Amino acid sequence: MTHQINWEFPQALEDEAIYILRETAAQFEKPVLLFSGGKDSITLVRLAQKAFYPGKVPFPLLHVDTGHNFPETIEFRDWLVNTLGLDLIVRNVQDSIDQGKVQEETGKYASRNALQTVTLLDAIEEGKFDACIGGARRDEEKARAKERIFSVRDEFGQWNAKMQRPELFDILNGKINIGENVRVFPISNWTELDVWNYIRREKLEIPSIYFAHERDIIERDGLYWPYSTYLNTTADEVPFRQKVRFRTVGDMTCTAAVLSEADKLEDIIAEIMEAKISERGARIDDKRSEAAMEKRKQAGYF
Amino acid sequence: MEVLRIATSGSVDDGKSTLIGRLLYDTNSIPQDKMEALHAASKRKGLDFTDLSLLTDGLVAEREQGITIDVAHIYFSTPTRKYIIADTPGHIEYTRNMVTGASNAQVSLILIDARKGIVEQTHRHFFIASLLRIPYLVVCVNKMDLVDYSEARFNQIVEDFQQLLASASYKAQEVKFIPISSLYGENVATRTGSINWYQGPTLLDYLEQVSFDQEDSRHPARFPIQSVIRPRTTEYHDFRGFAGKVASGHFNVGDEIISLPSGQKSRIKTIEQFEKQLPAAHARESVVITLEDEIDSSRGNMLVKTDNIPEQRKEITANICWMDQQKLVAGKTYLLQHGINRVKAKVQQINFVIDVTSYQHIEGKNDMGLNDIGSITLKTAQPVFADLYAENPANGAFILIDEFNNTTVAVGTLI
Repeated sequence: MTHQINWEFPQALEDEAIYILRETAAQFEKPVLLFSGGKDSITLVRLAQKAFYPGKVPFPLLHVDTGHNFPETIEFRDWLVNTLGLDLIVRNVQDSIDQGKVQEETGKYASRNALQTVTLLDAIEEGKFDACIGGARRDEEKARAKERIFSVRDEFGQWNAKMQRPELFDILNGKINIGENVRVFPISNWTELDVWNYIRREKLEIPSIYFAHERDIIERDGLYWPYSTYLNTTADEVPFRQKVRFRTVGDMTCTAAVLSEADKLEDIIAEIMEAKISERGARIDDKRSEAAMEKRKQAGYF
Repeated sequence: MEVLRIATSGSVDDGKSTLIGRLLYDTNSIPQDKMEALHAASKRKGLDFTDLSLLTDGLVAEREQGITIDVAHIYFSTPTRKYIIADTPGHIEYTRNMVTGASNAQVSLILIDARKGIVEQTHRHFFIASLLRIPYLVVCVNKMDLVDYSEARFNQIVEDFQQLLASASYKAQEVKFIPISSLYGENVATRTGSINWYQGPTLLDYLEQVSFDQEDSRHPARFPIQSVIRPRTTEYHDFRGFAGKVASGHFNVGDEIISLPSGQKSRIKTIEQFEKQLPAAHARESVVITLEDEIDSSRGNMLVKTDNIPEQRKEITANICWMDQQKLVAGKTYLLQHGINRVKAKVQQINFVIDVTSYQHIEGKNDMGLNDIGSITLKTAQPVFADLYAENPANGAFILIDEFNNTTVAVGTLI
């Protein structure tokens, strides 16, 4: 069975997400939108813009910069914030390292992905944010399929799968105890294709790394890794030039590239529908173990 | 593209997760890397086949115990529809999750093990689907392969289920029986030829043709105000719009409306969706409404059309499902959240608790425990603009929140 591509975006999903964002702004004192520069958080920014129009987006964006981001992502972030007149807060993983709160990983699989949790939790505490809006989707990964729309976290940012509040109908209970905060997932019910179709319908700009481009890469464990000064390589891992693109925006040390010629949005969508590997399959950090995501979530990972 | 929401229910071993895995597999919705992970995980468990149920049993604890313990959401689509499945557990102790999953569903999918027939859980699931007035009910008689695809066995189960239907309070449900084998894929998305005596649609064919939302036009227009948008910029200096999602019915530009609770009247000047101006707003659409006159309305208020105004209730009788470890106590005060509107509410009395397998009402109870379903009467501090659930489900449900620990302790539907 081959996929017929359905280019239509289910409008019900936008209506639901806007409703959730408006509830977030109304029920919490200091919400913040966690922005990674990836397509899901770009979608969130668009939804926030629409939810409060013609008013201003009533909360800032927070970007946890690992220092290992693709330069294209940072460039895009600054362009978006300036164009839409949004408030942006940036916190750096490097600061957490310098403060001795976390330690840089070593070895060829070293990444700062796990480290950013500490920086994020510190930023939440410092900003007294009681609601963090994120672009996670339930279709991404098994543990995320169980996540609520308003997901209560304790002081340590921990998620307890067995203690989740029931969510009934479209009624959202954002009441929390002192020290707790809520992770809000407005696009919980979207799939990867829904996000792409939305970006297409809304004619949204996205970072250039999503489109096919020439880049130095190395091959490791059957995946294509972007070559950069941040990546620890062994002597036999020799970079070579290849036309690739990225399906997700993560760190340069933990996001695998796919071979691609797709340089238009339609081509990307067509490619995804034909894709042989699912989106998070290109996230090297999830492969560490079957229960990797669930473990990170218990530890307060976004 | 339409979105169809399905809630699945079943007992522990009747193959719910396998059925969902089968639906995803047969609609080509499982990417290759997940498929490979599935092969590997099945092998590790010493199985000689690919266990499709491992696809949805997400949490570590579940994988260890081989059961599903929470609501998992699964997505797949066909060229015409996007499907959202809320996979909910069948154990007695997780009824609250089942209610959670079912609360947003248009289709309730009940699984019956062909060898076992109707069991206690079937009653419970059917009762909840009926209580929440889910318009479509699909009864899949699964594991037909283990009863030699027997037509007589299937007919017996259908007959037993008809008796259950006869006792239900909600009669508008459309019920469909399908004999399936999720393990072999028979009648899930395709026919494998093992059941020649069944001429009806496969499960997927049935889901593809289910029509919904047709009741929406009959429901009264309700617009709960989420927030007031007042940009106070040079460009939009005098702009004052009410942001919200239409709960039910529809509104047109020019309609005369009344704002509750103030009772002030005005007319709809514009209906806006970002930069677009719309002629009308329908159920579940998120819009901004501006009015001809300056009226005093804020979050928690409701705009309705003057031809159908909900009763402003300070006393509510409701069916509730209790969802907390701490028992419901008559006389205690909770926060009642109806849609987005929160008011204090005191439990006046527990009218009765329902035995969900015999449907008997047990009176004289002073408390309700986790997973109990029953009827209570509440008194609210401020009026609630709710409709009876049977008349307008989208404006007839609420939750109760514990004032001290802020958790959601119950869901209720107005009766």
